[in-house]
Formats: sequence, C-alpha cells, structure tokens
Amino acid sequence: MTQRPLGLAALLALILPAAVACTSNTTSADAKGNDGAVSVTSTDDSCEVSADTAPSGNLVFHVKNEGDQVTEFYLYAEDGLRIAGEVENIGPGLTRDMVLRAAPGNYLTACKPGMVGQGIRHPFTVTDSGEEVAVTADEQELLDTANQQYASYVKDQTEQLLARTREFVRLYEAGRDDQARAMYADARVHWERIEPVAESFGDLDPKMDLREADLEQGQEWTGWHRIEKDLWPPRSGYQPLTEQQRQEYGDQLVADTTELYDRTRSMTFTADQIGNGAKGLLDEVATAKVTGEEEIWSHTDLWDFQANIDGAKVAFEGLRPLLSEKDPELEDTIAQRFTALQGLLDEQRDGDGFVSYTELSPSEVKQLSDAVNALSEPLSQLTAAVTL
Amino acid sequence: MPEQRPELSRRRLLGLAGAGAAIGAAGFAGGIETGWASADPASAGAQSYPFHGGHQAGIVTPAQDRLHFAAFDVTSTSREDLAQLLRTWTRAAARMTQGLPAESDRLTPYDAPPADTGEALGLPAARLTLTFGFGPSLFRDDAGRDRFGLAARRPEALQELPHFPADHLDPARSGGDLCVQACADDPQVAVHAIRNLSRLAFGVASLRWSQLGFGRTSSTSTSQQTPRNLFGFKDGTANLKAEQPQQVEEHVWVDPVDDPRAGWLAGGSYLVARRINMHIETWDRTSLKEQETLIGRDRDEGAPLSGGNEFTKPDFDLAGRGGIPLIARNSHVRLAHPSHNHGVKLLRRGYNFTDGNDALGRLDAGLFFIAYVRDPATQYVPMQNKLSREDGLMEYLQHTGSAIFAVPPGAANDEFVGQALFA
Repeated sequence: MTQRPLGLAALLALILPAAVACTSNTTSADAKGNDGAVSVTSTDDSCEVSADTAPSGNLVFHVKNEGDQVTEFYLYAEDGLRIAGEVENIGPGLTRDMVLRAAPGNYLTACKPGMVGQGIRHPFTVTDSGEEVAVTADEQELLDTANQQYASYVKDQTEQLLARTREFVRLYEAGRDDQARAMYADARVHWERIEPVAESFGDLDPKMDLREADLEQGQEWTGWHRIEKDLWPPRSGYQPLTEQQRQEYGDQLVADTTELYDRTRSMTFTADQIGNGAKGLLDEVATAKVTGEEEIWSHTDLWDFQANIDGAKVAFEGLRPLLSEKDPELEDTIAQRFTALQGLLDEQRDGDGFVSYTELSPSEVKQLSDAVNALSEPLSQLTAAVTL
Repeated sequence: MPEQRPELSRRRLLGLAGAGAAIGAAGFAGGIETGWASADPASAGAQSYPFHGGHQAGIVTPAQDRLHFAAFDVTSTSREDLAQLLRTWTRAAARMTQGLPAESDRLTPYDAPPADTGEALGLPAARLTLTFGFGPSLFRDDAGRDRFGLAARRPEALQELPHFPADHLDPARSGGDLCVQACADDPQVAVHAIRNLSRLAFGVASLRWSQLGFGRTSSTSTSQQTPRNLFGFKDGTANLKAEQPQQVEEHVWVDPVDDPRAGWLAGGSYLVARRINMHIETWDRTSLKEQETLIGRDRDEGAPLSGGNEFTKPDFDLAGRGGIPLIARNSHVRLAHPSHNHGVKLLRRGYNFTDGNDALGRLDAGLFFIAYVRDPATQYVPMQNKLSREDGLMEYLQHTGSAIFAVPPGAANDEFVGQALFA
C-alpha cells in the first residue's frame, strides 16, 4: 500500500506547480519518486496503462479504479494464462499498488472491471535491465511443499491436542487435580502451536480459549481457562465447580476439540496464510504471553510462549527455501532472531517445562519482550517477501 | 519510460489541502516567521530545518512547542549493528524533519506492513528537529565492559551524574545508551518521529523510557517570548540564546581542544536531562509573597525583586528593611545565577509535562529539564548540588529521573550522526 493519498498526488500534479515552487524548502527526494512505476487507470470499459514497457526487476503498477464497478488488475505471462501478479477487490475511486518482480519477456496487462471475463488486455514488454531476477521455475514446487508441510503439521498437532485433551479431561473429571494440573500446559502446547488456525474457526475459539476478562456480561464461560481457574482457584471468594459441572465443561472441551480435529483434516494453506500465521503467533506472544495475561491462574505462560514460537518457526522453515531465493538477507535476520529468542527462553527452562511466569523479574520480561520485537519486525516482512 | 510519481512532503499536502494553497502556506509560514526571523535569517520563513549541518539541530534552534524525548538501551552486542542503526536513524531523521515519511518509498507490497506508520500523513514538518546523543553506558556497561570497542574514546566529562541531595530517581526513568530528542510544534509529529525511530531500532535497541513535554519552558532565541513553567513563573529569562554566538561557543559547543581522546565530539555538546516533579497542590496554596520570594522574581512580569523589568540584571546586594536583601539568599534566581556560579551558563531547553496523576489524585507534573553544556562537570554538577542543598524551591520539587548524553556534532550530507566516533 502506498504511504500517502494518491488522490492528492494526482491532484497536485494537475493543479499546482506554483505551490510547489513557493514551498522553497523541498528536498530532492520529492522530485525523484519511484523507479519503475506504471500508472493504470481502470474504468468500466477501458484500461489505460501509462507505459507498454518497463525494465526488468521490481515493478510497481499504481492501479486507479475510475469506474463504477469493483475492478481487478492482472499481469499475465505471454500465454495469457499464467498470472505474474494480481491485485483484487479495488473499489470504485480507490487506488492500489501492485508490486512484483518481473523477468524480461512479453506479458499482457488486464483490467477486469466487474471482476469477470477475460479483462481488457494490452501487450506489455519487460526489457532486460541486466538486473538478476530470481528464477521462478521451481517456485510453485517450493510453495506446494510449504503448504504440504504446514498442513501436515496442523494435522499432527490437532491429533496430539485431541489425545492430550482427552487424557487431561479424564483426570480432571475424575478429581485427580494434581495430575490434571501437571498435564494442563503440556496439552495446551498443541493448541498454542497452531493458534491462528484454531482461531480461524470463529465459533470454536470463543468456546475453547476465552479468558475470563474476554467475556461479555452474561456470556457463558467455557473451555480451557474455565477449567484452569478451577484447578488453580483464587485464595478467597471462589466457588469450586461441582462434579457435574466439571463433567459438563470437560465433555464440552473434548467435543469442541474433536470438532476442531475434524475440520483440520484436509486444510490447505497458501504462502500468505502461512507467513501471516507466523506473524500472528508472534503477535500472540507480544500481547498475551510476554505480559503473563494468558494463564493468569496457572502462570504457565512460558509453555504457551514456547509453543507459539514453535509454530512460527515451523511456518518460517516451510517458507524458508522460497525466502532463501527471494531475500536471503531477510532469511538470515529472521533465523538469527529465532535463535536469540530461543536462547532467552531456554534460560527459563525447569525440568521438562518452564518456570512459572511469576518467577520472572521485570528485566527478564523486558529482555524477552525485546527479543520478541526484534523477531516480529522482520517476520512481518516474510509474507510480502515470499509472495512478491 | 514508466511514469514517475512525485514524492510528496506532508507539508506540501497540507498546503494544498487548505483553500488557496499558496496563500495558506504563506500565511502559516508568516505566523512563525515573525516569531524568530531574527534568529537565523538564512532559514527565516522555513517550517522545517535541515537535518544535516555543522551542529545538530534542536539545540540553539528556536525552541519548538512540543517534546517527545526517548532514551534507548542497545540490545545488540555488535558494533556494526550500532553503526547501522545510526545510519538508518540518520536517513529517517533527514526525511522526517523535512515532513517526509520515515522510510523512503520503498516498494511495499499490499501484503507487507507500510514502511511509515502513517499518523503524520498530511501534517507539515512542524519544525521537527531530531537530536541524538550517547550515554555513558554505551561506552562501558555497569560491569565495566567495553561493549562496542568505544571505551577509549569516551569523553572524560561523560560520567553518570552524581547523586544530588534529595534525589528520588526512578531507574526506569533514568539513564540510557542512546537518546533522541524530538521537538516539534505539533505533538503528533514529534511522537510519530519517536515511534518510527523505535520501530527501526527493533533488534538493535529498545526503548528504555520516554517523556512527553507539552509546553516549552525556555526560549533559545531573543525573538521568543519567555514561557512559563507550571509554577506559573517565567522560566529561563537569562537563558543562552542563539543570538549570542560567542557565549554559545563558550558555554555550549565542545571545542576540539577540550578533550584529546574525544575529538569526535568537537562541535557537539552534553545534554543533561532531569525529570523534576513539582508538588503542584502545595505550591498552589502558598502565598504569592512566598512564591515570589522563593523564585526571586515577580510573577506577572518576571522582573527580579530588586526591580526593573524581566530583562533587568538582578541586583543581589540591594537590601530592604532591616538590611535584608530583596532577592532572598535561598531564592532560585540567586542560587542559579551565573554570578554565583563562577560565570557558568547553560542552554536550557526544558518542557512542562503532566503524566496524568498519582493514586492520591495529585498531578504527576513538573518540568522535564534539558540543558546543553560544554562541560557538565563545571557547568551543571556544582550548580545542581548547590540548588538541591539550598534552593528554597526544593520543598516543592522532587527529581525523579536523570540522564546525561554526549551529543555529537551535526552530520554532513554524506555522513551519519556520530560517524566520527566509529571512524
């Protein structure tokens, strides 16, 4: 997306060289603008492209929809079938940028007002600038592999989640609280590793993972954290759940987990879903785990923390071969920062698990938070880097 | 050739947004111009200051209305990371001070977060200045380790400030390896700058503390009116001003001969920052007589109690009934005056702050004191010791934060700020 309103930019170009002159203190950067920017104006029956050729490398198309219908813009390979780049869902009056890396060759541009049909096509030539453009031959293969790996991971984690949840609930319903407490964090690890996927089911997530503070007034509280509070109750003012209530909440959790399991058997993922999933996991860490807000009764936040990082790492590793071709520098940075963060987490290991969140000093929390920020920032560039 | 898109400055967008762009822009500039045209004729009428130059902007620059001051801890152990951060910050600062987005309009696909955070789009440069400094801990950490191979070049005068009487410092509001002083006439522009610099620093440096200031408490130019602090008194009447180049040379800028091992600091300065809480509520129930006695000036005009107007030199010997001096012995003006401090002067650049209130319903407010000096050991430390010990005002003050930084000279066009330190 652009950083400034393009409408004004266009307006400016039209009306006021005089005003530009009178603000004497402009910088040279103002005049330079972008390299390789092509303007596209899409109306309901035309597609004006400001140039029919551009040098190879990074290309930017500023696509403005001046029609009344929603439009799309495509850059097709010479065969008119393979898509080199696309922007969808451009509402009337809006402008959107399409950024891509293009190799030399013949292409076709196409606006699709109304989002149907062949579109209004024009030939477009990318000349050889001498700049090396990564080969894309095996890109699809790498993407397919990433998708398969991630889909298998999700399947595997939901399998383990279901098995552990059953066991955990069995212990809890049987009143074997010590054993249930010992299993709680272990079972939840499998949920936390695929949290963005689990959360994508808008009906299941609130039933399974809402914290008490997330509730609306009058909303029934079920799921993991309801049971967490019953296992680690506050010192005073808490009414323990009855045996029958335990069974209700326990059975509900197993039923919901089974539903999640069923729905994740045949999921497929695109590169942007995997990349954004990795970023989403780090966002979870930054907002809930590093602050100790996720597990306010059990204080097992560091297990969740580790699990979120595990999930993000798997997503990253899946996309890594592709990233390695497209942006090796970003690949290095992300890999290093995963290592640094893992190093800090490892300092808090205790037996098979981690120390309680309450044992962390404020400076340890700050260190962890810094490392999360350090990783999240380059990780937020991952999706764009692999989809460009 | 593909069409090129002109890169707009935020300022220019604003000019256009107003009806009659040329008139709107000129009118806006005009208002400011009359304020400080005499300070620096070369840039009169400008709404922005160049980032690059011999000295860093934001020191003798006419004080802007708003502040966001930030101190950072360097989290990386790599010298190259640190230098790279300063390069990145320089590039972003040079852009933002001209009203441009923080990062050049790099190719940002729709699937990537925007390069600039966006809240300053459409706003003018607002005379933004960004001033960078290096804390003592950048050179050696608490354990004495030379973190980045810079210890040998640490300026002698860059020492942690001593404990002053009655200090009540919060470590979370003190110290820092790096600092950035963002001053602008629009708080959103200042905050935008710190936010984007923090973001660019992730992985190398993290925000340690930051302070917002909402009203300047000092003039750094004779063309500016003397502002008031939260005690209601004019503050900084006798401050060093841009129009006194010789005094600024003498009291603010580090000379090449000052410190042989810190030649990189020549043309720079030292920044002392103190977060000074004011006990607003008790002050407000103090009689005007007591208030003026403690300050040593009258409240309305700002004139010394020995008479005259705001800019009349105080006569510390003039006595009233019973031979008691009109300007009390423990008054702030007397204790802080150069004539009682071996002639030393500071360039003050502080801001009023209010960070909400405490649990007892008292305003958490005061003065975020910033001073630029050539040598803190002679210009600041002795004076603050004396003030903390003897100043009658101390009954209404509590120092809650403290930091010191060496502020390198300005960066030339092809340099990054502080580059000479890494040479």
